[in-house]
Amino acid sequence: MNQPLPISELGTNAVDVDIRNVDLSYGTNHVLKGINLHIRPGEFFAFLGPSGCGKTTLLRLIAGFNQTDGGEVLVGGRDVSRLPPWKRDVGMVFQSYALWPHMTVRRNVAFGLEERKVSRAEIERRVAAALELVGLAHLADRRPSQLSGGQQQRVAVARTIAIEPKVLLLDEPLSNLDAKMRVQVRRELRDLQQRLGLTTIFVTHDQEEANTICDRIAVMNDGIVQQVGTPMELYEKPANLFVANFLGTANILPGRVVREGGERFFDIDGGVRLPIPAQVVVPEGAKLVFRPQHASLAGHGAGDVLLPGTIVHSEFLGSTLRYVVRIGAAEVSIDTPFHSGETLHQPGTSVEISLSLRSALWLAA
Amino acid sequence: MAGATTAGRAHAPSVSSRFMRLSATPGQIALALGITVFLVLFLIVPVGTVIYVAFTEKGTGEFTLVNFLDFARTDLFIRSFWNSVYVSAMSVVVASIFALPLAYITTRFEFRGAMLIQTLGFLPLIMPPFVGAVAMLLLFGRNGTVNLLLDEWFGIKIPFMEGLNGVIFVQAVHYFPFILINLSTALRNIDRSMEEAAQNLGSSGFRLFRRIVFPLAMPGYIAGASLVFVKVFDDLATPLLLNVKDMLAPQAYLRVTSIGIADPMGYVISVVLICMSILAMWISARAMRGKDYATVQRGGGGLAKRTMRPWESALAYAAVLLILLLVLAPHIGLLLLSFATIWSFSPLPDAFTLAHYGRVFGESFVYVKNTLLYASIAGLIDVVLGTAIAYLVLRTKLIGREWLDWAATAALAIPGVVLGIGYLRTFYGVQLPDGTPLATLWITIVLALAIRRLPYALRACYAALQQISVSLEEAAENLGATKMRTVRRVVLPLMAGGILAGFVTSFATAAVELSATLMLVQSNADAPLAYGLYVFMQSAAGRGPGAALGVIAVLLVALCTFASHMIIEKSQRAKGASR
Repeated sequence: MNQPLPISELGTNAVDVDIRNVDLSYGTNHVLKGINLHIRPGEFFAFLGPSGCGKTTLLRLIAGFNQTDGGEVLVGGRDVSRLPPWKRDVGMVFQSYALWPHMTVRRNVAFGLEERKVSRAEIERRVAAALELVGLAHLADRRPSQLSGGQQQRVAVARTIAIEPKVLLLDEPLSNLDAKMRVQVRRELRDLQQRLGLTTIFVTHDQEEANTICDRIAVMNDGIVQQVGTPMELYEKPANLFVANFLGTANILPGRVVREGGERFFDIDGGVRLPIPAQVVVPEGAKLVFRPQHASLAGHGAGDVLLPGTIVHSEFLGSTLRYVVRIGAAEVSIDTPFHSGETLHQPGTSVEISLSLRSALWLAA
Repeated sequence: MAGATTAGRAHAPSVSSRFMRLSATPGQIALALGITVFLVLFLIVPVGTVIYVAFTEKGTGEFTLVNFLDFARTDLFIRSFWNSVYVSAMSVVVASIFALPLAYITTRFEFRGAMLIQTLGFLPLIMPPFVGAVAMLLLFGRNGTVNLLLDEWFGIKIPFMEGLNGVIFVQAVHYFPFILINLSTALRNIDRSMEEAAQNLGSSGFRLFRRIVFPLAMPGYIAGASLVFVKVFDDLATPLLLNVKDMLAPQAYLRVTSIGIADPMGYVISVVLICMSILAMWISARAMRGKDYATVQRGGGGLAKRTMRPWESALAYAAVLLILLLVLAPHIGLLLLSFATIWSFSPLPDAFTLAHYGRVFGESFVYVKNTLLYASIAGLIDVVLGTAIAYLVLRTKLIGREWLDWAATAALAIPGVVLGIGYLRTFYGVQLPDGTPLATLWITIVLALAIRRLPYALRACYAALQQISVSLEEAAENLGATKMRTVRRVVLPLMAGGILAGFVTSFATAAVELSATLMLVQSNADAPLAYGLYVFMQSAAGRGPGAALGVIAVLLVALCTFASHMIIEKSQRAKGASR
C-alpha cells in the first residue's frame, strides 16, 4: 500500500453528503430521530457511538439498505433516498467483508464493473489498478478463503473502490482484525483515503479508531447526533455529559448552584463547596466535569481551587500516578506525573485536590 | 452426509490428541475385533462375493471379463442401463422443478405457511415410493382421475404414467424433498451481506440471483440432486410395480430370482449399480469439498426476506398449492383406495368401506408384527454398533480405528438389491445343523436391514459423542472411575438423546425398506410390512387391503419420525439448559 497512486481521477470530484431530518423506526422502536449531518467533500468522517446507537443503521440508510421514514439523503446534491441500493454509487465495505467464496479475488473485484457493463479491457485495467492500490496484485487468483483477515479486508476495499464510488462507507472495518493488525490497517485506510481524496464515512464504537483516522466525528447515542466536531474539539469541549464520558476519562461531580451575597457557589453533593468564577456560564442542572490531568494533588500543580478528599485507590501506571479520590459523595480520578523517588500515597490518606477551574466544564446531561 | 463425514474426521484428531492414551485396553481391542467380524461377515463378504462372481468364470473360478462383455453385448442390459440413467436424470430434473420454487419462495419471502411447506415436504419420505405408485396410477394413469376429467372437459389425455414417465413421475414426487431440504438449508446459510455487497456494487434482480445466490447454494443443490439420482437408480420396487422391467435394478432382481443365483449377469449388474452409486457420491463429495459456503456470520441471519407484491403473492400461492397437491397426491390416493370398494375407470371410488382395514388387522397383522420386530432389532444393532464405533474412533488411539468408520459408512454405496443378492449367494451355502440354509432365516433380513441403516445411525452417534467434552470423562477418571464405568455413568447418559434419535431413524426407515428384503423373504409368515404391501399391490384385488396396509405403514413411520424429532428437540433443549 505504499506505492504511488496509479489512478487519481477519483479524488478530483469528491462530493458532499447531506443528511436532512432523517427519521427511522422499526415498529415502535425509534432508531434514528431527526438526524442532520453535513459531510464535506473529501472528508474522512466517523459515526461514533455505543452499540445500538443507530450508527450502522444510518450508514446502511445511506447505502440504501434501510429506507427513511422521513427526511432525505443527498449525495453530491442529488437526493438518493428513493433509489435502490444498486443505483446509488455509494461503495460500502461490510463488517464481515462479504467476499463471495465462489469467486477469486480478481472476480470479486471485477464484479461491480461487470454489472456496470464496463468494457473488458477497462475492467482488466481497473481491477489491476485497484488491487495494486491495496498491494494485493500478486494474490488476484486466490480464493477469499486462502487469504488472511487483513488481506480479505483489503480485497473488500479494492472491490469497493474499483467501481469509483462517489462515497466510501466503512462498517466497522477493523473489528474482525487482531489488535496489532488494527493499528496497521487503520493507517493504511487513512493513507488510501488521503490519496484518493474520497469522501469516506466510517462507523465504529472505538473512540481511539475514530480519533486517529477521522477528520471529524459525529458522536451518536440513542438515535440522536450528540455532537459533531474534530477529535480534539470533542475531547476539549464536549457538548454534554454523554460525549465527555464516551471520549476519554471524565470526572463528574454532581451538585447544585447556590447564590450567597452576589456570589455563586457550587455545592458538591456530600458537603464540599467551591466558588464559581464570575464570567462562567453554568447551565441549569449542570455537573462539574474535568479530565484526570486537569487536577493534581495540592503542591504538584497550579490549580485555582482546592478540594478536600480521601484517597481510595492508588495505582502506578509508569509515567503517571493515578489516584482515585473521594470528594464528597463522588469519586474522581487524578493523574499526576511520576517523579523519580516519589512514593505512592496509601488509601485512606486525606489529601487536597488542586483543580484548574479554567479547564473544567459545566455540563448538563 | 458427506459434509458430516468430513466434519467428523476433522474433529477427531484434535479431540484425541489432547490426551494421549498409551494404548488400547484389552476390552477395547475385543470390541473392535467384534465389530470387525460383524462388518466382514455381513457387509464385506457378501459384497465381495458379488464382485468376485461378476469377475470370475462360472464353474472354474478364474478371473474373466467375459461377463461384462456379455453385459455390453446384450441389448436388453444396455437399454436397461440407459433407461435407468434417463429415469434417474429426469427424476432429478422433475424433482428440481418441484423443489426450486418451494425452496426459493420459503427462504426469500415473507410467506405465510413457509413452515407448513417445509414440514409437508417431508411427507413423501415416510412412504415407500412403490406404495404411492399404485395410488398415482389411479390418479394419473391412462384411466385415472385426472385423465378421465381432462378427457371429459378437453378431450385430451396426458401420458403421465406411461412406461418410463410413470417411474420418473412417482420418483420425483417421492424424492424431491431431498433437494428441497438441501437447497433450503444452503439458501438459508447465505449471509445477507453477500447479497447486499452485490447490490451495493450495482447488481439486482435476476442477475444477482444468477451470479451470487445460486452459485452459493449450488453445493447444497448438488448434494440433494445426487442423492435423488442414487435413490432412483437403485430403486427396485417402483419400476416393478409399474411393470417397467427394462431398468437395471429390476433386471438384477429378475435375473437372480428367475434364472437362479448361479447366473453371473445379476452380479455384473450389481457391480454396475455399485459403480454408479460411488460415482454419484463422488460427484456430491467433490461439489462439497472446499466449498463450505455456509457464510452466515454471528448475528447476521440469512438472506433478506421481503414481502411480496399482491400479484407475486397470488402467483406464489398458486404454484405452492399446485406442487403440494401433486406431492400429496399419492397419500390422498392411498387413503381413498384404502376405503374404496371398487375404484376403476372413475374419477373417485364407487363406494366406501372399512373392510380392507378389517382384513389387514385380521390375517395380515403378521406383517406389522414382523416389521416391528425386524426394525426394532435392526435399529438396536445399529445404535450398539454406532455407539461402539464412534467411541473407538473418537476416544481411543486404537490403530486402524478409522477403518471401522469407513467400512460401516461404505454401506451407503451398496444398493439394497446388491446386498440382497450378496446375502443370498453367501448364506445359501451356509447350513444350520438341521440342514436349513442360513439365508432362509428371518434373522438374515434383520441383518441386511441393520447393515443398510448403519451409516445413518453411526452419524447420529458420532454427532452425539462429539458434543461431549473429553474433560467430562477425564473428570470421572480423575475421581476414580474406570474407563468402563466412565462410559456407563457419564458417556452413555449424555449420548442418550443422540442414540435414541439414531435408533428411531434406523427403525423408521428400516420399516419401509424393500429393495434388500424383497430378495430375502422366503415365506409369507416371515415377511415384513413392505413385502406384504408389494405382494398386495401386484394384484387388482389386493389393492384395497394393500392401501390399508400402506396407510398403517405411513402412520407407523410418521409416528416414529415425529417421536425422533421430539427426542432430538428435547435433548438439545436439556443440553442447552445445562450449559
